[in-house]
Formats: sequence, structure tokens, C-alpha cells
Amino acid sequence: MDMLKLNVPNSITNDKLIDLYKQMWQIRLFDEKVDEFFAKGMIHGTTHLAVGQEASAAGVCALLTVEDKITSTHRGHGHCIAKGATPDKMMAELFGRTTGYCKGKGGSMHIADVEMGNLGANGIVAGGIPLAVGSALTAKMKRLDYVTVCFFGDGATNEGSFHEAVNLASIWDLPVIFVCENNQYGMSGSVKEMTRVENIADRAQAYGIPGEVADGNDIIAMMNVTDKAIKRARSGEGPTLIEAKTYRWKGHSKSDAKKYRTRDEEQEWRKKDPIKRYKEVLIEAGLLTEEKAEEVRLAVKKEIEDAVKFAEASPQPTLNDLLTDVYA
Amino acid sequence: MREITYLEAVREAMSIEMRKNEDVYILGEDIGVYGGAFGVTRGMIEEFGPERVRNTPISEAGIAGAAVGSALTGMRPILEIQFSDFITIALDQMVNQAAKIRYMYGGKGKVPMVLRTPSGSGTGAAAQHSQSLEAWVAHIPGLKVVQPSTAYDAKGLLKAAMDDDNPVIFYEHKLLYKTSSEVPEEEYSIPLGKADIKREGSDVTIVATAIMVHKALEAAKELDKEGISVEVVDPRTIVPLDKETIVNSVKKTGKLIVVHEAVKRGGIGGEIASVVAESEAFDYLDAPIKRLGGAESPVPYNPELERAHIPQVPDIITAVKETLNRA
Ligand SMILES: Cc1ncc(C[n+]2csc(CCOP(=O)(O)OP(=O)(O)O)c2C)c(N)n1
Ligand SMILES: [Mg+2]
Repeated sequence: MDMLKLNVPNSITNDKLIDLYKQMWQIRLFDEKVDEFFAKGMIHGTTHLAVGQEASAAGVCALLTVEDKITSTHRGHGHCIAKGATPDKMMAELFGRTTGYCKGKGGSMHIADVEMGNLGANGIVAGGIPLAVGSALTAKMKRLDYVTVCFFGDGATNEGSFHEAVNLASIWDLPVIFVCENNQYGMSGSVKEMTRVENIADRAQAYGIPGEVADGNDIIAMMNVTDKAIKRARSGEGPTLIEAKTYRWKGHSKSDAKKYRTRDEEQEWRKKDPIKRYKEVLIEAGLLTEEKAEEVRLAVKKEIEDAVKFAEASPQPTLNDLLTDVYA
Repeated sequence: MREITYLEAVREAMSIEMRKNEDVYILGEDIGVYGGAFGVTRGMIEEFGPERVRNTPISEAGIAGAAVGSALTGMRPILEIQFSDFITIALDQMVNQAAKIRYMYGGKGKVPMVLRTPSGSGTGAAAQHSQSLEAWVAHIPGLKVVQPSTAYDAKGLLKAAMDDDNPVIFYEHKLLYKTSSEVPEEEYSIPLGKADIKREGSDVTIVATAIMVHKALEAAKELDKEGISVEVVDPRTIVPLDKETIVNSVKKTGKLIVVHEAVKRGGIGGEIASVVAESEAFDYLDAPIKRLGGAESPVPYNPELERAHIPQVPDIITAVKETLNRA
């Protein structure tokens, strides 16, 4: 078979490319399962799904080592999986069980996996941005060579925290990569109505750092733009603001009539399905076949079903747990 | 009389006012076609248009300050903060500006605004979307703090809050939005600083706020079967606080239990207990004052833990019995 060399960063092997295909399905099928559970009222609270946005989480984290860190958002299941979390402990968290990443105390909006360098999802929009800057500051002060990737949405860039944090990172030349997943809306507020800039990446200019616009539904584009930003960060040149243009397929959270956008617009974006696009690229490059692709998807489906079984069989916390872990 | 929900009562109070007074407008996140995170402003942008129902970016510090500034210059804004937890981001403007401007300027200027915000746990939204932080703002001279527990109170208190020439923090409880009560169609005002005795009784006084009013009433009903007569006092506004009604009730019953959802430590219950301890009702007390409040932890996600975090009806019943046993 002809092997077409793909234009990906040097560190990305062919095996890794297939892993990433699998990971994108993990992200999608995990969130679709969660969606189903919420619709059936089997999980309480709320959730924010990243279906349609798999390429940015997977593409960015593909360039990270276990030592590297991320901060995530309320729409964080995908980041979590991409940074190495396993669906079983994530599902257990959503079920509020002790085997979950937060022992059932955090839920969907607070999953953290500190051992894998995931400093946590966040219920506060833009709440993770200054934290990422702090994490990068530690690296700089302790002369550690990890980088910190900070994920956030388009809406988050209208918070003061974003501006203050990016400015700090820029003046201190910190090894942090700001990744704005611009899915066109912050809840109901469209980015067109809520900002006067063409691109969120243009905001980088105000802080004297590079701003890069990337196709957030193209995992290869995401890998390349991240690779460049990481090289800059590791060499001490400071932060980069990457904007991944993408779209969330589902509503903002579990209850959303989506009155602020049209069904036509949704269909247009569904045509840019990041998983389908990546599959076609891999097939064309001779790295994947339709049959193999389907096998991958089915294996992931099974993995998610197993995660559910694990969660359901896991113990509930006891009332004694209410007051533990308040202080260190 | 017709019944409407607490949520509808809040919307109706705003709508009546906005029809009458061009200076009143609402600003907040997702309050336009989305209708607000809980649906309170649903239909309002259609009636009043985007100039007066201003859908804002996610910028709590900015929109709070814009509300304060526009209030200072002649408008009467209603600011919706999507979850009361995010008030932390708006607090600099509320605490360091809104609350102090009139005093700092020697009595010049005023800040007539209402900050409406849903609070409380019980929805599974976990630690950053479930808090009850009303005691923080109650601590600040210059701010008024309202906590309606029924649809009727919500409509009347919101009218008073909108008419007030001071910044008012108006806490709406998420779990009360769907509860109904009889509410007149016409406008009416319930003065800030006037408690309501939600149930008369003679053996013990329970002062309860927001959703705890309902839990206290349920407990009272249960205890009534055992011949225990509970008086339930709802302060309705914690600033100003109707000390007189509370003190008089304690003088009558000789026993006081305070119940709120907010974390007990540093909660408004401590203030209410102190007010009674410092008053002439002290001599009437037959048992130590008891406070029930949220556990000293963030609000957990797991539903059982979340329930256990705050006082429930059985906890109130137990507290009443313990208090009576010590009398
Ligand atoms: C400080 C704060 N304000 C408001 C909210 C409510 N809220 C949660 S997510 C969200 C939209 C965020 O938009 P964006 O940053 O674009 O992320 P997306 O949801 O699109 O992934 C809003 C308004 C919040 N959680 N925190
Ligand atoms: Mg967005």
C-alpha cells in the first residue's frame, strides 16, 4: 500500500495517529453516553458536552507529556480523556461514586486527574486561566521544563481573568499555551455579538504575544499549531494564544432549546465532522481502512459500556465523607 | 385568587415596573432569547427589546460596574447574575463601589439598583454553583439583602427593591422557582425590613430563611401532631432585619432556633442569635439558642452528600425536641 507521508509534528508516530483516532471516538462516545443518561434523568446536576469539538482536545494533548499540565473547563470531558484519564473513573465520578476521580464530590464540572497533569475542569468560566499561568510560573521558578496548556472557550475571553492572566504570562514569558476553543457561542451569546474582533486570536496583539487561528475541526492542524507554540514555550520565549475554530453540536448544557442559532447552521457544521475528516485523511494516507476504523469505534463503544458497568458497581460515599478533604 | 410560580412572580414584578418606568432595564448573561439560565426573563426581550433587556458578554465584574455607574447617573438597572456563586466576581463593584458611594461622597449621589441572583443547593450542580453567600453581602453597610421564600413575597419584595434608592441584593432560591402561591395581579409592595410570621405557635420560635422557611413549616406540621406548637418567622430581608418581630416572638415562646442553608459558621444565624441574646428577650429564654446551617464543607456533588450538607426536616424536628428537653 502507498504510504502518504502526513504533515504532522516529528514526535507523532503512525501508531500515535491511530491512537488519536481512537481517542476522538472515546471523547465522542463518552459524551454521547452521558447525554443519554442525562436525558433519562439517570445522572443529576448538569453537564456540558464536547461532541463536535474532539479535534482540539486530542490534537493539542497529543503533543504533551505526562509532566505537562492542562487546565480545563466546564466542557472538560474531552480534555480529560485526551490528557490520559480513563472513562471508567470519569463515569464513576458522574455517578457520584467513591471510585470517581473526585470521589463523587466533584461531578462533571470538576473532574481533575492531577497525576496525569490535568489540574481540573472548572465551573467558573475563565477560572482556569489564571491557574494555568500559576502553573507555568511554578515551572519557570523551579526550572522545570513542563509546559501548561490552558483550555477555555470564546465566552471566557470576555472575563477580566482572561486579560489579566494573559498579560501576566506575557510579561513573565511563561511557558503556557492558551487554547481558546471558539465554538461560536458562550451559552447563548454568539461570538459575533459579544466581541468586536474578527478572531479571538487577534486579542493576542494587545499583550504582545503571537495569536494563531487554526481549524479546530482538523486534528492535524491543531497538532501543528500546538507544536509550534510548545517549542516557543519550552525555549523560554513565552506564551501563545491559539484559537481553534469549532462548533459544539449539542446544546450548551442539559437543557437548551437552542433558540439562538439555526438548525441550518448546525447542519453546516456537522458536515465538518472532525472524526470523519480525520478518518478520511488516515485512509488516504494508507494508515487506516474502513473496516479497521469501524473496529476501533466498536472497541471504544464497548469500553464506554464497561465504564458504565464499573460506575454502577462502585460504592456510594458515606456521610462521613461529607467533611473529609476540606483542608489539606 | 390565581396562583403563579415564584419564577413568574419575579418576572411579573419586573415587567410591570418596566412598562411604567423607562429607566428600569435588565442586564445579564443569556437573559435574551435564552430567557436566563432558569427562565426568569423568558419572553421579556420580545416585549421590551434588546436595549432594555441587555444580553451581556460573560463579564460579571464589568456588568456589575456598568450597572452601578448607570444607576449613579439616573437609570434603575436590574442586574441578573446567573448563579449567585459568580457574585464573587462582581463583588468589588458591589462592595467597594455601590455600597459606599453615597457615604463616601458625603450623601451625594445614589445607586438605585437590584442585583438578582439564584442561590442554593439541591440541583446537583456542585461546589461552584450551589452556594448561599448572603451573609457576605449582609456584612456590608450600604447594601440591602432580600431573600423571598414564596411567590407572593417575591413579587412584593422585588417591587420594594426596585423602588429603593439603594443597591439591593435579591436572592432567589433555585428550588423555589417552581413553587406556587396566590399572587395578586396588580402591583403591591412589601416593605424591606418587615418579617412575616409564616405560622403562629407558642412553644418555640424558628427563624428560617428562603427554602428553610418551607422545611421549618413542614417540621412544624409534624410536631403539631405531637402537640408541639412551633412559630415560624421568616425575616424576608436580612438587611434591614426586623429585630422587633423576632424578639417579640422569642419573648412569647422562650426558645429560639435559627435555620438557614448557608454554612453555619459565619452565617446570618449567628447575627440573629446575637440580636436576641442582646435584647430583652434574653431574660425570656428557657433554653440555649440553637443554630442549624450548612456543613463546613463546599457543597458536594453526590446527591446523598448534597442533601446531608444542609438542614433537612428531620434535623429541624430533632433540634426542636432537644431545645424543648433543655427548657
Ligand atoms: C463566571 C461564570 N459566569 C457564567 C457562568 C455560566 N456559564 C457556564 S458556561 C458558560 C458559557 C461559556 O462559554 P465559552 O467560554 O464560550 O465556553 P463553551 O461553553 O462554549 O465551551 C456560561 C455563561 C459560569 N459558569 N461562570
Ligand atoms: Mg463557546
